[in-house]
Amino acid sequence: MTQAQSRLGLYLLMAPLMLWLLLLIIIPHIGMFLVSISVKTGVRQYVTGFGNYMVFFTEPLYWNTFARTAFMSIAATFLTLLIGFPVAYYIAKLTRGRTKTTLFLMCLIPFWVSELVRTFGWMILLRETGIFSSFLQYIGVHSGPVEFLYNDAAIMIGLVYTSMLFMVVPLVTTLDSLDDSLIEAGYDLGGNGISILREIIIPHAMPGIVSGCIVVFMLSLGNYLTPILLGGKDSLWFTGLIYSQFITRFNWELGSAFGFLLLGLSSTIVWVGLKLSRQSLTDTVGR
Amino acid sequence: MNKILSSGIALLAAGVLSTSAAQAETLRLLTWGGYAPENVVELFEKETGHTVEVTKSNNEEMVAKLRATNGGGFDLAQPSQDRIAGAQAEFDIYKPLDLSKIDASQFIPSMLEATKGNTMIDGEVYGVPHVWGTSGLVVNTAMAGQVKDYTDLCDPSVAGKVSYRLKRPTLIGFAFSMGLDPFAAYNDEAAYQDILDKVEAKLIDCKSNVKTYWGGGDEIKNLLRSGEVVAAMAWDTGGWSLNADNADITFVAPTSGALGWIDTFAMPKRGRADEAAYAWINFVMQPEIAAMITTAAGNFTASQGGDAGVDDALKARYQASFPQEAIDNIKWYPTVPANLETLEGAVLDRVNAAK
Repeated sequence: MTQAQSRLGLYLLMAPLMLWLLLLIIIPHIGMFLVSISVKTGVRQYVTGFGNYMVFFTEPLYWNTFARTAFMSIAATFLTLLIGFPVAYYIAKLTRGRTKTTLFLMCLIPFWVSELVRTFGWMILLRETGIFSSFLQYIGVHSGPVEFLYNDAAIMIGLVYTSMLFMVVPLVTTLDSLDDSLIEAGYDLGGNGISILREIIIPHAMPGIVSGCIVVFMLSLGNYLTPILLGGKDSLWFTGLIYSQFITRFNWELGSAFGFLLLGLSSTIVWVGLKLSRQSLTDTVGR
Repeated sequence: MNKILSSGIALLAAGVLSTSAAQAETLRLLTWGGYAPENVVELFEKETGHTVEVTKSNNEEMVAKLRATNGGGFDLAQPSQDRIAGAQAEFDIYKPLDLSKIDASQFIPSMLEATKGNTMIDGEVYGVPHVWGTSGLVVNTAMAGQVKDYTDLCDPSVAGKVSYRLKRPTLIGFAFSMGLDPFAAYNDEAAYQDILDKVEAKLIDCKSNVKTYWGGGDEIKNLLRSGEVVAAMAWDTGGWSLNADNADITFVAPTSGALGWIDTFAMPKRGRADEAAYAWINFVMQPEIAAMITTAAGNFTASQGGDAGVDDALKARYQASFPQEAIDNIKWYPTVPANLETLEGAVLDRVNAAK
């Protein structure tokens, strides 16, 4: 009786999660998959097959766009790590109490407004008649207006800025758990800053680094607004391609196939990254 | 006796209640920005008792939304007349209109007949006209007065200060400007592909001239207003509203012809509030209401006499952009056959990817 009751309790507790997974993730994915394997042959005529997936591999445009998106996302992830690590180290190790909370909060504040507003903020800064351009003209570095917007560097700035928090938070958590006495011991044993960073701090922070990198990579890869708005005419991004297949080309079949390819290929990249860094999902994200 | 009377009254009351319930419907309108201004909605709700829910959208989104629900979720949509027959053949999202419920005398006859013809499938009419306008060039005449036609956007003198959309009007406009006739090739896929190939080469060649491909109306207005862009492909209304702020910027009908569109009323297949939808059509086509919509949207309507109440500044801008020969030269979009947009999509993708 009590066992049956506790089992019922377990099911009830699991029900929201299961419903969530089933209704919002599994069923839509099955539907999408069915759409993706129906190939259009004429007006309202479809046959089942993998033709839509073949389009991705035979048309170099789509393939190149994916490669470009993946490459830029990886670059954005590394940049975020490079900038985020010192920030996280400073917050976790060099500050205490109130300062620490304040600094942490300052990382969080930009996320109180929506991504769209943040991106428009960057557009105001970077555009030809924007603040940076006007400032450069004012101090006399450049005579005419300068365009910073609508190029890959602008996309990169936007991506790094958008995902900074998701790198800093896991890094602060792991660095917090590193005992200061270990660093002191490192110095006592004759280590210098670089060797201590390499031998003690980075190995300890590795799970945080990897989980931060996974989250940032996935966010960048799946980002839609930032590349489209900041990239202008060169804003080729895989999610943008999916959007245009669905909305402006009415080609849901190809769009769904692209969606599944994005899922598969990005998972593969994460898996390769985990293998290369000799980490596992349970050690990093699952902690 | 008393009992019979009271039950009679109860019956009567029930009858009144049920008819008023049937009359007061919620009209879910899928339309463009400016086509259902708040003052018009208010007047309509006061006069008919129906309520109106407005969703703003564009041609592609309308089809995508209605396709997702199999033609449900909305009671009245306003796609362009050339985008109805193709979408209907492909996705079956609209139902035929009952023309007896529409007051035809309120429409400009030539426009009504043309739209009926263009939206007719198997003898059934799927759309009646509402708002019409053109797309062409919006030019800052002080800085780029030499831009007279679409291909002038590729001129080195305006390098880096040009913008257009990566959508089908751009393909069509460039084709006309290059001396080709895409509309004549609509029903011949091979000939159309041939035209598209030429346009694709031109657009790729022209890409270095483009500052950015614009997406929304506000984006291009900002670019033109700030002077970052001096010439663009855009709608006439965009040019006229900028003209009100800056007299140098205005809409120019290209020498090869402005592209004319007519936005219609079409009924989604699973729409529920048909009565309210017909009531709305008849209501907004009244000349004085049509003038209110022209004031809000900036475009003229297919309402007979609807241009009389429009303010003079807008009329003056319209006349400056459209001398009689420019009006005669407007290229009206014919119905898009179902498969063409796939060909165009591939071209647009390749232009987007080109360096």
